[in-house]
Amino acid sequence: MGAAASLQNAPSREFLEKLFRTAYKIRVFESEGIKLYRQGLIRGYFHPYLGQEGIATGVCAALSEGDFIASTHRGHGHCIAWGADVNKMVAELLQKETGYCRGYGGSMHIADISKGNLGANGIVGAGTPLGVGAALANQVKGSDAVTVTFSTDGASNNGTFLESLNLAAIWNLNFILVIENNQYAVSTRIEESTRDTDLYKRGLAIGVESHQVDGNDPLAVHAVMEQAVATCRAGKGPVLIEAKTYRHMGHHVNDPGKYMPEEELAYYKARDPVDRARNALREMAGVSDEEIAAIEAEIAAEFADAVEFSKNSPEVTPESFREFAVGY
Amino acid sequence: MATRELMYREALREAIDEEMAANPTVFIIGEGIAERGGSYKVTEGLLAKYGPKRVRDTPIAEAGMIGVGVGAAIAGARPIVEILYVDFAMLGMDMIVNQAAKFRLMTGGDGRVPFIMRTQGGTGGGVAAQHSQSLEALFYHIPGLRVVMPSTPADAKGLLKYALRQEDPVMFLEHKHLYMTKGPVPDGEHVVPFGVGDIKREGSDVTVIAWSNMIPRTLEAAEALAAEGISVEVIDPRTLVPLDRDMIIKSVLKTRRCVIVQEANRRGGVASDIASIVQEECFYEMDAPVEIVAGMDIPVPFNLTLEKASVPQKEDVVAAVKRVLHVQSLAAAAE
Ligand SMILES: Cc1ncc(C[n+]2csc(CCOP(=O)(O)OP(=O)(O)O)c2C)c(N)n1
Ligand SMILES: [Mg+2]
Repeated sequence: MGAAASLQNAPSREFLEKLFRTAYKIRVFESEGIKLYRQGLIRGYFHPYLGQEGIATGVCAALSEGDFIASTHRGHGHCIAWGADVNKMVAELLQKETGYCRGYGGSMHIADISKGNLGANGIVGAGTPLGVGAALANQVKGSDAVTVTFSTDGASNNGTFLESLNLAAIWNLNFILVIENNQYAVSTRIEESTRDTDLYKRGLAIGVESHQVDGNDPLAVHAVMEQAVATCRAGKGPVLIEAKTYRHMGHHVNDPGKYMPEEELAYYKARDPVDRARNALREMAGVSDEEIAAIEAEIAAEFADAVEFSKNSPEVTPESFREFAVGY
Repeated sequence: MATRELMYREALREAIDEEMAANPTVFIIGEGIAERGGSYKVTEGLLAKYGPKRVRDTPIAEAGMIGVGVGAAIAGARPIVEILYVDFAMLGMDMIVNQAAKFRLMTGGDGRVPFIMRTQGGTGGGVAAQHSQSLEALFYHIPGLRVVMPSTPADAKGLLKYALRQEDPVMFLEHKHLYMTKGPVPDGEHVVPFGVGDIKREGSDVTVIAWSNMIPRTLEAAEALAAEGISVEVIDPRTLVPLDRDMIIKSVLKTRRCVIVQEANRRGGVASDIASIVQEECFYEMDAPVEIVAGMDIPVPFNLTLEKASVPQKEDVVAAVKRVLHVQSLAAAAE
């Protein structure tokens, strides 16, 4: 285990800016999205990624075109880090025809198979076998693409966790399981669901290279991911990465999260992954506050445009739905 | 057309072999299917021909196997996952029902899941309650799945080849009793599209609808009834989803009588749904109510006599046909 934030080669400004842009974009998407929810423009389940941005940001920065990801019910951040079109994401949340899934999927089902995004999932734990399956497909096709499944502490006690990681192991698949250990499944603390809360050890138990990393440090996540990708491309996958993190609020937009101890929340908020990405850009690349403010304004404007685009998009009609249903 | 006599299992093997040769993304995983050739010898020889990348043994992990099959299909391959008994597919129901069946709709139509689960069900082996079920109704009920139940070697081959060329998740339900049965299989390319039923025997007095292992049993019943001057038309839908409604309706409008035979227990079964279609479309043209011959609503017992008693036999089909024809047996008439 281990993988301390490695600063072997000083990262480039370009790279640091990319990390910050991704993390900040997720932050804006979620906080502005919650406002839309409160205005009644978004309905249904909305699980914010606030506080966990460092993980998707660091993980996706280590992947390349042609790779695959599978996500969770808390999936907006994964999509954004994967380079999704924010217009289509917002339109999906607003249940519009122009959304990623024509408004048929919603927050928990955004997928873009043409870009290797196997999709978010409403079933906790389901992304693991699906991701291993994509890795298997790639091995059969002779591709060296890597598949990452973003998973959770909650999913780690589901049977398919072991079944699918074990399949990936016996077949040496290019598969990386990223467990976002935010220490809660809704209101249930991890100590209540498992005796040993160091989840990376479960990979070791079945002979899988496993790491634990500070999920609130995008640079550290990226460093360990680069190592994991290298392991996979060398034919020695899969790899398990446990990224420790914490939510900035309740489980979903309507959960006040009263059960989260104040001191603990304060501890993690003081280690905010977006602040860390911003500080890295400022301190390691010498980017000025003005420049950073300009980047932030640009991202905010992009989101505002996406809201306009979505509001002006056509509604889905029962007629087109009935056509879709033919032959089902 | 020239044909060869093949066993059901050989016909299945030919389908897999031909499609693996034609499409490098077709692969198969399952318990003991590689070196050993599978419990039903369907995959014998495929490992030697296609290598360990495309023919793989798995640990005993049904949810995981079905799940990786679904994931591989989403990612653009054409996996076949062989599950030893349909009973064991229950461990993977989340992957079938919540993932495979839903993905196309949830992605607004962009995502397709050409996943094939090959498995087998039914009674006949004296293998008791957890290895004898006929579970097609569970899959039939779930929108987004295709449900295929071949009764002959030719259909088994043609339908499996078609399954490997279409885009939706397929529950390919074989029957443990049929693997060793023989039948003519057309030479050359033989593909059977989904949603096209087959008239296994033409007749004019009664339409009997059946599938899978109930087809040979129904054909025996039809033969016995023919000796008594009763002409039975036997319809095999071959795929329950999509269902060849037109063929069923046309036949019932012709014979004016309908019996549906299913091995599965009666409650909530596919036969009941077909009966509802028949009454909706043919009610005013019919001379008798639809009869359903089905398994008893109870788990299948181990004892062979009881196993037989729990699922439809030839005599049950004969009796049902006579009932819809209002034919009294001699014994009953004498009472
Ligand atoms: C199979 C399944 N069981 C229960 C739920 C309901 N549920 C949704 S999210 C959640 C908690 C998930 O916690 P975790 O897996 O740790 O992910 P997190 O919400 O912390 O990101 C539960 C119980 C579900 N969606 N799927
Ligand atoms: Mg959690």
